[in-house]
Amino acid sequence: MKNQNLYNYILTIADNSLILAQRLGELCGHGPSLETDIALTNISLDLLGQTRSYYQYAAKILDENKTEDDIAFLRIEREYKNCLLVEQPNTHFGYVIGRQFLFDVYHLMLMEKLQNSPDETLSAIAKKGIKEISYHKRFSSDWVKRLGDGTEESKAKMQEAIDDLWRFTDELFFMTNAEKKLAEEGIGVDISTFKEKYYQEVSEVLKEATLTVPENKYFTKGGKEGIHSEHMGYLLADLQYMQRTYPNMSW
Amino acid sequence: MLTETAHIENHLIPVLETVSDPEIPVLTVLDLGVIREAVEKDGVVHIKLTPTYSGCPAMDVISDDLKAAFSEIGKEVKVELILSPAWSTDWISETGMRKMEEYGIARPLSETSDKDVLLGNKKLVKCPQCGSTNTHLVSQFGSTACKALFKCDDCQEPFDYFKCLK
Repeated sequence: MKNQNLYNYILTIADNSLILAQRLGELCGHGPSLETDIALTNISLDLLGQTRSYYQYAAKILDENKTEDDIAFLRIEREYKNCLLVEQPNTHFGYVIGRQFLFDVYHLMLMEKLQNSPDETLSAIAKKGIKEISYHKRFSSDWVKRLGDGTEESKAKMQEAIDDLWRFTDELFFMTNAEKKLAEEGIGVDISTFKEKYYQEVSEVLKEATLTVPENKYFTKGGKEGIHSEHMGYLLADLQYMQRTYPNMSW
Repeated sequence: MLTETAHIENHLIPVLETVSDPEIPVLTVLDLGVIREAVEKDGVVHIKLTPTYSGCPAMDVISDDLKAAFSEIGKEVKVELILSPAWSTDWISETGMRKMEEYGIARPLSETSDKDVLLGNKKLVKCPQCGSTNTHLVSQFGSTACKALFKCDDCQEPFDYFKCLK
């Protein structure tokens, strides 16, 4: 392989989009209303489109005749580098929105930095992504506010989701070796630089939603280094089923 | 805007005009501004295509349609998907905007106005059926990634609004 660090770096970003797209895709036809169903699957599609651009680029680095599909479908769990947050299940609509919101704020900040990368492909994907992710963030923040500042029931559920998902937010800023290396080279983003800004923005929205900002200081991590939660295997079983059962099938 | 940045050889235009967006069939790929380059070299037509949205499923269909359209006149096509510079609704031609409205999709507003309507602050989107601006946002996401869903409070018709992307 020409550049292992760059390859790993691309996957660290791209796998978040793939896994979240898969989670949102599960809701196709099951959203709480037609409009939210369409919105969530639209977001899923945007993320999947971004994933494809990243994987096509990663496949070029892997000079072994591999394609984007190999990267998407034929890795084992330990080889996926997504953070734990995005693989968390669609427990209820509050979780779907909470997960999306906590990720969107991070995702947009990351892309705003990545667009300045001297790596032309990464910069192009980021610039394209920013336009889409701004819409995602608008959608998820609006829903956090609507549910948080809604009925007693919706508020309790939104708070429950935020409290429960909060422990995965610190990992967003954990830097793997590939990330450190690429940040040093000036190609990747030093994600630690916007951690404070992230928590500030998230807290502002939560306050506007009349929710309590969790004070929990216990955080869990591992996903970015391939150590996933118990939910990941089931997700991958769904994702990979066709390619594992009928290798090289296409339609 | 389109003519400033896209490099399209004149003799290829008649064929390109026969290829339309599969989701909005009244718009040709030229109206939509997704063809960034079309040149013929040694009998092969090289086309650079840019997606409206990263995950736009129409891209694969458009690539196939381009190949089919040129194969009818015996020309081979190589399509390359490019991401940079990112597509913008400014690249939709004025003819395209008009056709879209006639088709029943409201045209994108300016960036500031777009934010105002999508945040529900102002009523600016014109109903393509009756022309009233007494409309409201039903969903930020519509039947495709590039559209939002609106409803007219005068004629009561629901309609799509093409979101501003810049």
